[in-house]
Amino acid sequence: MIRFTDVYKLYANRYEALSGLSFHLNDGEMAFLTGHSGAGKSTLLKLIALIERSSHGQVLVNNQNLTRLPKRKIPYYRRQIGIVFQDHNLLHDRTVFDNVALPLIIAGENHREIGRRVRASLDKVGLLGKERNLPIALSGGEQQRVGIARAVVNRPPILLADEPTGNLDPELSRDIMHLFEQFNQVGTTVFIATHDLDLINTLPHRQITLDSGRLAEQGLT
Amino acid sequence: MFPKFNLKNYILRHLQVMLFSLGQLWRQPLSSLMTIIVIGIALALPAGLYVLLDNIEDVSDQWDDATQISLFLQQDVFPDQAIELNKQLKKWPQISDTHYQSSSQSLEEFRQLSGLGTLLDSLPTNPIPAVIIIQPDESDLRPDSIGSLLARLEALPEVEQAQLDMEWLQRLRSLNKTAQRGISILGLLLSLSVLLIIGNTIRLAILSRQSEIRVIKLVGGTNAFIRRPFLYTGFWYGLLGGIIGWLTLTFSLSLINGPINELAKLYSSQFTLHWLSALLLVILPMTGLILGVLGAWISVGRHLSKIEPS
Repeated sequence: MIRFTDVYKLYANRYEALSGLSFHLNDGEMAFLTGHSGAGKSTLLKLIALIERSSHGQVLVNNQNLTRLPKRKIPYYRRQIGIVFQDHNLLHDRTVFDNVALPLIIAGENHREIGRRVRASLDKVGLLGKERNLPIALSGGEQQRVGIARAVVNRPPILLADEPTGNLDPELSRDIMHLFEQFNQVGTTVFIATHDLDLINTLPHRQITLDSGRLAEQGLT
Repeated sequence: MFPKFNLKNYILRHLQVMLFSLGQLWRQPLSSLMTIIVIGIALALPAGLYVLLDNIEDVSDQWDDATQISLFLQQDVFPDQAIELNKQLKKWPQISDTHYQSSSQSLEEFRQLSGLGTLLDSLPTNPIPAVIIIQPDESDLRPDSIGSLLARLEALPEVEQAQLDMEWLQRLRSLNKTAQRGISILGLLLSLSVLLIIGNTIRLAILSRQSEIRVIKLVGGTNAFIRRPFLYTGFWYGLLGGIIGWLTLTFSLSLINGPINELAKLYSSQFTLHWLSALLLVILPMTGLILGVLGAWISVGRHLSKIEPS
């Protein structure tokens, strides 16, 4: 589903964020991306979301070669990927419903379908009944759930998360991880960047660890 | 990968964005209103000047119909001779009508108009000549043909002087033309300023919604999708600015209208100010709308590509 082949990412100051990285994530797999700050986790996720492009090497996602994807097709490519951010990235002047509906509105879904899917998605993250609230009225954990609901609302085959539990206490973090596992169980490929080793060591998923832009170790815990 | 196109959804979405943009203007009523008024004034100014010029042209056209030649006869021409001359002149092809006014009639008219009655009574003889007023054929009022007619009339032995005082009218005309050119330039410059005002307003709107634009790009929003609300913002600014411009113009002209009617009455003229009201009610909002969308388009094009998710 996600395949990196000898990928380099150089920034303007010749700093190598990724150097010669190769790995492969299977369709329907759930994996964690770990490593200390500056190891290249964020850069790797940015390459998958096509926020940035690799300097060298090939990135294949869902059978598409991202190195060759023209710029005008990027929006359509991104609709296949749900992204969850550490700081939620919600629109604070819109209700929870409107936030979650955004990917569907962008995709041009009709009104009835939007209502149905947004409610289904909010139901899954346990926030049905808070549709009319503004994000500011929700707790940190609830805001993160809204972010997840938005990421999965158009049923993307791939779900990416960048430190989704970064600002949450251990119990809430565990809940969020279980939520990701539920989406994985229905076939979504899930890839989560995190440094919460205490939590993910209790979970039976592969860990891909980066060290200075290279693969450090790989294996099941 | 590309969603199937659905016309009904497409129109519905446009309507939604349109109302959403209007709602956003409504949420900041003061700053929106100020921008709209500035646009309105910028549109009303050239339109108002144009209306005034159009009216001046109209008045001078009325005077054009009244082009006449005054033929002042020699003092020693007897009334019979004058009447005979009048009859002959009527037959000239270049002349459509004539009117003879004897020197005593002229004196009487002058007495009434000037209010110098007693002073005139003290004169030993009537100093005012008899006049034949000539209405040239309206189908040919070119300066050349009028000039040659004038020369032929002046050559007649009975005629002291033939007078056609149209120079001031021609001067007014060319003045009018110059003013029209000036107004066109002014209109162009003010249109440009409307473009810049809207462009700048949209630029600020884009900057204040950078994070939103980034989020939309991350969840797969196309540039067209992101551009749309800003184009509609420009649309509303232009349209509402045009309507405000029309109201400003109508109000200003109604202030001028009273004194103008007074003036027309003094000249016992039928003239009334025509406002082109209905026409301008279409033209001003349309111009505003086009400038609004255009300004927004340019601004969005320049600033949107710089905002990318990071």
